[in-house]
Amino acid sequence: MRGKVSITGVGHTTWGKHPGRDRVALIVEAAAKAIADAGLEKDEIDAVLVKQPNSAPGILYGQKVAEALGLRPTIGLNLDQGGAACTSLLQYGSLAIEAGMIKNALIVYGDTPRTGSRAALHRPRGDDAIMGWYSVAAGYAMIHQAYQQRYSSAPEEFGIFAVQMRANGAENPNAHLRSPLTMDEYLAGGKLIDPLRKDDFCLVSDGAAAIVIGATADARDRSRAVPLLGMGQGQESWEVHLRPDILRTKAEDSANMAFKMAGIDRKDLSFAQIYDCFTVTVLQTLEDYGLAPRGTAGKKALAEGIGLDGWLPLNTSGGLLSESGTPGLQLIIEGVRQMRGEATLQVKDPRFGLITNQGGTMHTHATIIVGQPS
Amino acid sequence: MSFPVPEITDVNRPYWDGLAAGELRYQHCKCCGNNWLPAREHCPQCLSPDREWRASSGKGTILSWVVYRHAYAPHLADRLPYDVTAVELDEGARLLTNIVNGDEGRKLSVGARVALCIENEEGVSLPRFKLTDPK
Repeated sequence: MRGKVSITGVGHTTWGKHPGRDRVALIVEAAAKAIADAGLEKDEIDAVLVKQPNSAPGILYGQKVAEALGLRPTIGLNLDQGGAACTSLLQYGSLAIEAGMIKNALIVYGDTPRTGSRAALHRPRGDDAIMGWYSVAAGYAMIHQAYQQRYSSAPEEFGIFAVQMRANGAENPNAHLRSPLTMDEYLAGGKLIDPLRKDDFCLVSDGAAAIVIGATADARDRSRAVPLLGMGQGQESWEVHLRPDILRTKAEDSANMAFKMAGIDRKDLSFAQIYDCFTVTVLQTLEDYGLAPRGTAGKKALAEGIGLDGWLPLNTSGGLLSESGTPGLQLIIEGVRQMRGEATLQVKDPRFGLITNQGGTMHTHATIIVGQPS
Repeated sequence: MSFPVPEITDVNRPYWDGLAAGELRYQHCKCCGNNWLPAREHCPQCLSPDREWRASSGKGTILSWVVYRHAYAPHLADRLPYDVTAVELDEGARLLTNIVNGDEGRKLSVGARVALCIENEEGVSLPRFKLTDPK
């Protein structure tokens, strides 16, 4: 499996606000760019794999998207796995390619929570709503609190990730939020739900993104086809307060699987694009992945840096905290730009790149490791 | 959005009836001995349907908490700021609750001991807790 499938095309709309635009139309716009980037004709796409839009879950949504694309694909589906879905879809598409069922899969996501409805983000959470348990953010606040209590963390250990992602986003001409953030500004940020500060939250962005994958051997332009070397998943599934340890999820298993398949060590990574819906997610992921000992990710980031010249360059286009709050594909796209040598903040001669996606309140997790085009 | 009255089903009715009667009940698996909340038809550990409701001692320990300073629904505005706290009962079952004497979260800590303190809101008996040894 290692290296046999590559990401051959990527595309996205502008990030930010798309008032009045239909989310399926945004997907079509991004898909057309990705298909052209792969050097393919539309009709060469034989799988349309859609991540469910958070704002508008619908029945037969995958088919609605395929119809708008004018396609009757071999495989067409809509996956609900929160923010891990796009990376998981990429993996299922890879398996179908390797099995010979399809040749080229399109993975897409688009939504308009910025100018449309944010109800999904603010929603009451089941029977616990009666206790006041509302919003997606609250679950991350619960984990953030447990983390800072267990490790006696300083707020700066979280803030460094917001500050660096915002610095990266400021350099990205396509980023939704291009204003840098100082540590003092981070620390002074207001609180909606303690202990989260304003800039611990990712953006809420309209926009759509798409990637195309196919057999590496069949790529139109091998020099721009970024091979998938490792894949992994691990679904924690349980609600935050019911997990045996509130600070442990199955992300660790996802990472181990991906590194094993890729056949590389942690120290071989040139960069990582880590799902940063909240700052604590980055700390937890770095530690789940064995990239920093438990309780030390923030200290290590503060001491050794996470910019281009740091310990491990992270979220080089700004991530969810600055490039776009869109759940996941932008991280894969930035990984592709890095391996192609087309990034704005370009890592020098990257060999291996890590991309993580996760969803719910760390309920779901998926990992890929990408390598150099051949 | 108004007050989110729980949806009472045959499976969870004993939980809410218990609170109305002044006790916090959890489910016990007669097959493997697992104790849990929220209410389910099957033990999530061994999948046995052979279960019973038991009354908790009402004593437990704080796992983590948050403090809302923003009302995500209109009916919550009057409660601000309020905590939502994860508690593990001594019997092992866990739930999300509110701590009535937590001083807007300032007195809460992981591992702090709490005791059941049922409160009525909008006609529903809610399983709230109080710190037994507030600092």
